[in-house]
Amino acid sequence: MPGAPISACSASRPPQRVTSHPAAQHGSAMAAAAEAAAGSGPGSQPPAQRRLRILSGHLQGSPASRAPEAERFLSPSQCRAGGAAEQPVASTIPKKRQEILKWNGWGYNDSKFIFNKKGQAEFTGKRYRLSGMVLPVLKEWMEKTLGASLEHKITSRAFLNTSDVPPSIVNEEFLQDLRATKISYSQEAEDRVFRAHGHCLHEIFVLREGMFKRIPDIVIWPGCHDDVVKIVELACKHNLCIIPFGGGTSVSSALECPADERRTIVSLDTSQMLGESGYCTGHEPDSMEFSSLGGWVATRASGMKKNIYGNIEDLVVHIKMVTPRGVIEKSCQVPRMSTGPDIHHFIMGSEGTLGVVTEVTIKIRPIPEYQKYGSVVFPNFERGVACLREIAKQRCAPASIRLVDNAQFQFGHALKPQVASIFTSFLDGLKKFYITKFKGFDPNELCVATLLFEGDREKVLQHEKQVYDIAAKFGGLAAGEDNGQRGYMLTFVIAYLRDLGLDYYVIGESFETSVPWDRVIDLCRNVKERIVRECKEKGVQFAPFSTCRVTQTYDAGACVYFYFAFNYRGISDPIHVYEQIETAAREEILANGGSLSHHHGVGKLRKQWMKESISDVGLGMLKSVKEYVDPNNIFGNRNLL
Amino acid sequence: MAAAAGRSRLWAPMYSQKELTSKKRDEFEDILEERRQSSDLRYAMKCYTPVIYKGLSACKPSAIKDSVLQSEQLQYVIKQLSKEMGESTDIIQEEAIEILDEMGHNLHIGAIRFFAFSLSKIFKRLFQKVCVNEEGIQKLQQAIQEHPVVLLPSHRSYIDFLMLSYLFYTYDLALPVIAAGMDFLGMKIVGELLRRSGAFFIRRTFGGNRLYWAVFAEYVKTMLRNGYAPIEFFLEGTRSRTAKTLTPKFGLLSIVMEPFFKREVFDTYLVPISISYERILEESLYAYELLGVPKPKESTSGLLKARKILSDNFGSIHVYFGQPVSLRTLASGRIDRCPYRLVPRHLPQRLSEDIQDFVTDVAYKMELLQIENMVLSPWVLIASVLLQNLPAIDFELLVEKTLWLKGLTQAFGGFLEWPDNLCANKAVTSSLALHSNIVSLVNGQVVLNDVGMEDGATEDLVFKQALSILMCGAYRNQLLNVFVRPSLVAVALQMTQSFRKEEIYSCFNFLRDIFFDEFIFFPGIALKDFEEGCFLLTKCDVIQVTPQEILVTEKGNSVAAFLAALFRPFMEGYQIISRYLSKETKEAFTEKQFILGIRNFAFQLLETGSTQCYEVLSSDLQKNALAAFVRLDIVRRMKTTNGFTYTVNKEALNKTAEMFDSPIPIRKLVTARL
Repeated sequence: MPGAPISACSASRPPQRVTSHPAAQHGSAMAAAAEAAAGSGPGSQPPAQRRLRILSGHLQGSPASRAPEAERFLSPSQCRAGGAAEQPVASTIPKKRQEILKWNGWGYNDSKFIFNKKGQAEFTGKRYRLSGMVLPVLKEWMEKTLGASLEHKITSRAFLNTSDVPPSIVNEEFLQDLRATKISYSQEAEDRVFRAHGHCLHEIFVLREGMFKRIPDIVIWPGCHDDVVKIVELACKHNLCIIPFGGGTSVSSALECPADERRTIVSLDTSQMLGESGYCTGHEPDSMEFSSLGGWVATRASGMKKNIYGNIEDLVVHIKMVTPRGVIEKSCQVPRMSTGPDIHHFIMGSEGTLGVVTEVTIKIRPIPEYQKYGSVVFPNFERGVACLREIAKQRCAPASIRLVDNAQFQFGHALKPQVASIFTSFLDGLKKFYITKFKGFDPNELCVATLLFEGDREKVLQHEKQVYDIAAKFGGLAAGEDNGQRGYMLTFVIAYLRDLGLDYYVIGESFETSVPWDRVIDLCRNVKERIVRECKEKGVQFAPFSTCRVTQTYDAGACVYFYFAFNYRGISDPIHVYEQIETAAREEILANGGSLSHHHGVGKLRKQWMKESISDVGLGMLKSVKEYVDPNNIFGNRNLL
Repeated sequence: MAAAAGRSRLWAPMYSQKELTSKKRDEFEDILEERRQSSDLRYAMKCYTPVIYKGLSACKPSAIKDSVLQSEQLQYVIKQLSKEMGESTDIIQEEAIEILDEMGHNLHIGAIRFFAFSLSKIFKRLFQKVCVNEEGIQKLQQAIQEHPVVLLPSHRSYIDFLMLSYLFYTYDLALPVIAAGMDFLGMKIVGELLRRSGAFFIRRTFGGNRLYWAVFAEYVKTMLRNGYAPIEFFLEGTRSRTAKTLTPKFGLLSIVMEPFFKREVFDTYLVPISISYERILEESLYAYELLGVPKPKESTSGLLKARKILSDNFGSIHVYFGQPVSLRTLASGRIDRCPYRLVPRHLPQRLSEDIQDFVTDVAYKMELLQIENMVLSPWVLIASVLLQNLPAIDFELLVEKTLWLKGLTQAFGGFLEWPDNLCANKAVTSSLALHSNIVSLVNGQVVLNDVGMEDGATEDLVFKQALSILMCGAYRNQLLNVFVRPSLVAVALQMTQSFRKEEIYSCFNFLRDIFFDEFIFFPGIALKDFEEGCFLLTKCDVIQVTPQEILVTEKGNSVAAFLAALFRPFMEGYQIISRYLSKETKEAFTEKQFILGIRNFAFQLLETGSTQCYEVLSSDLQKNALAAFVRLDIVRRMKTTNGFTYTVNKEALNKTAEMFDSPIPIRKLVTARL
């Protein structure tokens, strides 16, 4: 472990720090933060151990070895797939991503929802807690909530038709120079298509049924910081366009190649740059298994447990970024400095428009000894929000606290696996009876807060009591660990579920915002209502599924996360309709005093609102930075500005 | 004008020219019919389970009061006031409680049943029919469940809100809470009964009292946000004594729109309601009031004295519930982003100019909708014809002209309800009978009665004449807002004696400016109004329009003359007032002095017979003229310690007077689009 641990900051347990070497993949790739999806049920194995794996996935690896040959990189660690439960640390995302990941959907090839011969939903594979389980009520939920039917199926084409793929146009002189650097690259269609998109709905739709107009002409895998410097120099020399790629989990159209880009587009895949480590950052975005540290930095990511560990801006100690103008970094690794505006803030959230992040030093913490899930049922969403606000005010939020609305609560129940024993189902019935009949909660109104506590055992128990006491004041009833755990599982499998939906004419997406406390309830209600209304107006024939949760709490407000899906049977251009509705929903968010984005970033999807979000002058500032750092627009993904 | 141009872009989506070709309107049902056939008592005791707003959190009136008092909004104002005045917050809080108690309604089913019973009895005696468009009720029922609803009825009589609540009870709708003037509180038992049937009371003026405003605004908004009940108030602010729609007041409207602006509610429905009376209960009271005999203060004993009107017949009432208008739809594309985003929502904020403009436009739009759906009775036509043919008109001729006017009114989009299958002759006869207090048929001639004080006090002839003309005028006035655009084109044609479109338009524009307080025009769209007027006249073959010119057709002459004559009282009235101002007044004057002065001046003119324009005696016309002159900078208004004083800008006044009198082209306007 390079970089000596320095004791610093917080309270009794000084966090330790590790310089993770290259560690970073840049990515405009963002998604990163995206709660947008992701697999790995946080479950079956001791969580601490699991997190360690993931982390080591991000940090560990052969120190950017000097011999950048493809095979080498495939081997050791860089296990980005850390979440994978049964996989050893060696699990890794190879250069040929399609070998283990779906080319036209989310996550691992071996993991997906299917309807088995009995017509019951089942999750395949072995990676997740849910893997191999039968979900008896999911089908009914899909039929009831979305009007989907097993008889109406629409499948994706099975293979990428390479003849559809736009040809790779790369100038021969550049190729010669590139070969001289010995950095590995590929011009194969599959590799290029894989890096032409993130995970927005329209992108997946194109993969299933069409083809992108413009994709990268070449994919390059640098192995270390120096490789990146060389590539950027070459790009400047030959006037190429570089689009950094990290985990490819973007949900903001950030990876989409500008259709009118005439220069050669280089996809700079940072996934093969590795660092070393063995600690824990606690940063756990929902896309954690697939997204990358560089991507986290480039998008201003946020993790589920930010209450303990902080968001990416709180975790970062040092960043090194290669730009066309040269390398930018601070001269020391200190907890704070007053040297004018923090240059890290030009980098975090730059979404791949300024350069490639090659090294990041982040704070790490000892792995917590104890972890406990929990949940609280509230009679309605309003009471739940009031409770979360009070918890935020008292600053005693657990590692994670989320409040899901009624629709999402019922959605969670649709993912209940088959119950093994009669006893469990009896207990479930009893619980339900107690809450709805005895306590008088309306099953169509109640909502649930899911909790995750971390720390040493005694403190966790104490903390737990404090939180439940506050909840009780707002009419909340403790509802057990299981409900809580299932809530978190949902966020990891939701992206797999979208692929299932796509097979049955159901399209959906998630989006997020942040909002001051006093507007949370109004915003949630209005946005959901707007979605329903827009669907009706746009001719959607089935009631949409539109649901939200308060997913992060802050002193001054909350992050709210929406899922939205509808059955598009009978509509000729579903993607266009979908986009119109999403735009309307975003307008509604802004009109309600919400932000343009809490952690998904802007990309190209939300660019149109940037000016009103940060003012003319603000936009001008960012533009002038871009102008100085990258006057020839080498990093030409055209995100953000 | 840059400002005007900027504005004109904005209204475009909001003011769509109504379809002028026979608009489809709902059918009416007479609700009294059933009342006449079944027990009123059983009706009053019926099971009453109104549909409610889907997001309603059920609560009692007292809970609403509590949440108003504890609201961050009100608490903030209380703290501010306490800081400024150096008083403890407790004292101010006490004051707030008092205000709230004085104001608050206390909806109570017992009182409602009492009203249901007694109003059934009263309405059946007073009115022949109460007609309601049931389709409108159904739409309203739908709307009430979806979003908070604001009811915006026209205001011609005290009967208005009693009638609405009665209808809501009849149709099982949640009873509205009503903003009513404080004067009712003076009526001892009735005030309390009204309160229990959902009225809340507001002081007529409280501009300066911030605490009152804060309590009031919060009270209204709380009820709206909770979806507690539909909120009802009168855009016109007060009963229109002239039966012309009054220019809207914006205060309450902006309060009920605020929860939407702040996105505390997803949407709000505004429902224009047009209530028209074949014969207005207060008709003679109004005429006296307009002539300067003060109206009696509301009192229970006064109400009892009014009992004798119970033996009288007041014809039919038509209540038309307009299509609920979604505030969100109105605002879309215009107020998508609110300035409220940057300030905690409980802090009181001044409305931005954009929002003020928007509120203004919405208010006018709603009033125009009221006008569009206002039922016109045959008597309205008769009164219009009669007033142009004083002192007497042959009955046969009256019938003929009424029938002719019926056609014209329908062509202009007026909402005429002709009694079922009645021939013109009978319709006119029955109207004359209903209004026998104003007109009578003497030897085949229809004449205006002399209306005298009931106690028989002697009055001079002018006053008597004025009374009956004003009473009659109140019916003719109902026609004016439908006719105003084509009529002002006709007046402009007459004034300019020109064919040139440009000149006619600039004259039209001048008239529209002058009469902006008198009739309802959507702000900022003079050209559109002009085009609409021309369109209607063309449709009726009165004029022919070429790109440059407007020509009156041969057979159109008489129509044009009629249309111009319809508005002559206003033209003459304003002329007399401007003459008065230029001759009589030298010093600064107050409104009271002005009204007294003009009254004496006009009396003299009428006595000497140098004018026949009795309507200049109407204080409503006088006040509107003053307001118009202030608006056009002809009269300057200054604030003094006790009210306002006015001074005349002689130069500007002379110019205006010239325009009224002379056929010389008015002023060159840029009319590129013509």
